[in-house]
Amino acid sequence: MSKQTPSQTVGPFYAIGLTRETLNVMAVEGIQGERICIEGQVLDGDGVAIPDVMVELWQANSYGRYNHPDDKQEKPLDPTFTGWGRSGTDEKCFYSFETIKPGPVPGNDDTVQAPHVNLVIFARGMLVHAFTRIYFDDEAANAIDPVLLSIKNKARRKTLIATRGERDGMTVYRFDIRLQGGNETVFFDM
Amino acid sequence: MKIQTYNPRDWRSHPPYSFKTYGSSVKRGPLKKLVPLEQTLSEITGPLFGDIQLAPGETDITRNAETGKEAMGERIIVVGRVLDEDDKPVANTLIEIWQANAAGRYHHPVDQHNAPLDPNFIGAGRCVTNDKGEYRYLTIKPGAYPWLNHANAWRPAHIHLSLFGPSFVTRLVTQFFFPGDPLIPLDPIFNSVPTKSGRERLMASYAHDVTEPEFALGYRFNIVLRGRQATPFEGPQ
Repeated sequence: MSKQTPSQTVGPFYAIGLTRETLNVMAVEGIQGERICIEGQVLDGDGVAIPDVMVELWQANSYGRYNHPDDKQEKPLDPTFTGWGRSGTDEKCFYSFETIKPGPVPGNDDTVQAPHVNLVIFARGMLVHAFTRIYFDDEAANAIDPVLLSIKNKARRKTLIATRGERDGMTVYRFDIRLQGGNETVFFDM
Repeated sequence: MKIQTYNPRDWRSHPPYSFKTYGSSVKRGPLKKLVPLEQTLSEITGPLFGDIQLAPGETDITRNAETGKEAMGERIIVVGRVLDEDDKPVANTLIEIWQANAAGRYHHPVDQHNAPLDPNFIGAGRCVTNDKGEYRYLTIKPGAYPWLNHANAWRPAHIHLSLFGPSFVTRLVTQFFFPGDPLIPLDPIFNSVPTKSGRERLMASYAHDVTEPEFALGYRFNIVLRGRQATPFEGPQ
């Protein structure tokens, strides 16, 4: 057996290799589902928004199917939707994604997971990326989501819930990520 | 339906979130214990880029600035294999590459190091592994450069790599170093890896079999991603 290659930071100049192209517009023309925007800031231990952070997003389509051969559900695939996006930050240190609301996907042991997207956070200063999830505050299924329920400290569950709002007729979910502090976002070991 | 889960992150191979001598890590990593998450369909799937159409120049970083001219510096050929922990090749996986130029300067507005920019060098490339997990690209050996972490701090020459592997959990961003570089033992980022064997896995080796006469030196850097767990897990029905 070989051992895993160690992780290292993306450093301050990751944009050269990773974000020169626009990769955060996942909802293309003709996409099926409810168009939404997800945006927010990533805050350090002093509560300061981080400029040199990168967020990657992976999600199911509006039917709740992942575009991946290991998802063998008999739900439709949307050929216009890969389910993956990547965002650096803008001049106000916001990451953002234009996407669609994912459908519910199966959990383990006959459970159903509430609609969610899966995130990876990278930054200068982060030697290892961090995994988290975004749920949506207008989804009743959050109350029975097996992953949310597995977080023993109930107060921390709300760190994974994005807040629905509206701007220029567009649904915008706000989701800030706190790397440290009293309301540190839940990060997963998976 | 059974789902095929992946081995956990090996925390003896990976750095901690907070590593005191790397100053900017201290405020930028979780302090609370990570919450264990049993892998589901969300984690065992992930973006695959196996059918991505690479532009012809993407594996030649010495000439892909689209100026029609070649970058300055020592040409190197970098090869390697991407494997999982069971030594199975990770085929058709995307590798994204970025680095400083031969003088130790990045093509990036934030980099204010007083070293020349090379108009013929951007320092970015991409490649996809073949069926045997092999990759190969041509570039310029990057230079060392100063940073502000501590007095007279210099990063050893290194090349950044980003990989996805077959699932959401196999994601890896790393960087590799060149043998014999005297700055390596002084580098907090290299030293953040907790074990000596782990640090050694960040070293490329000189590969004379890859070196091409009258053209370029060869280096080899193999990468190991998380492997699949032996027993399929009873997942969604």
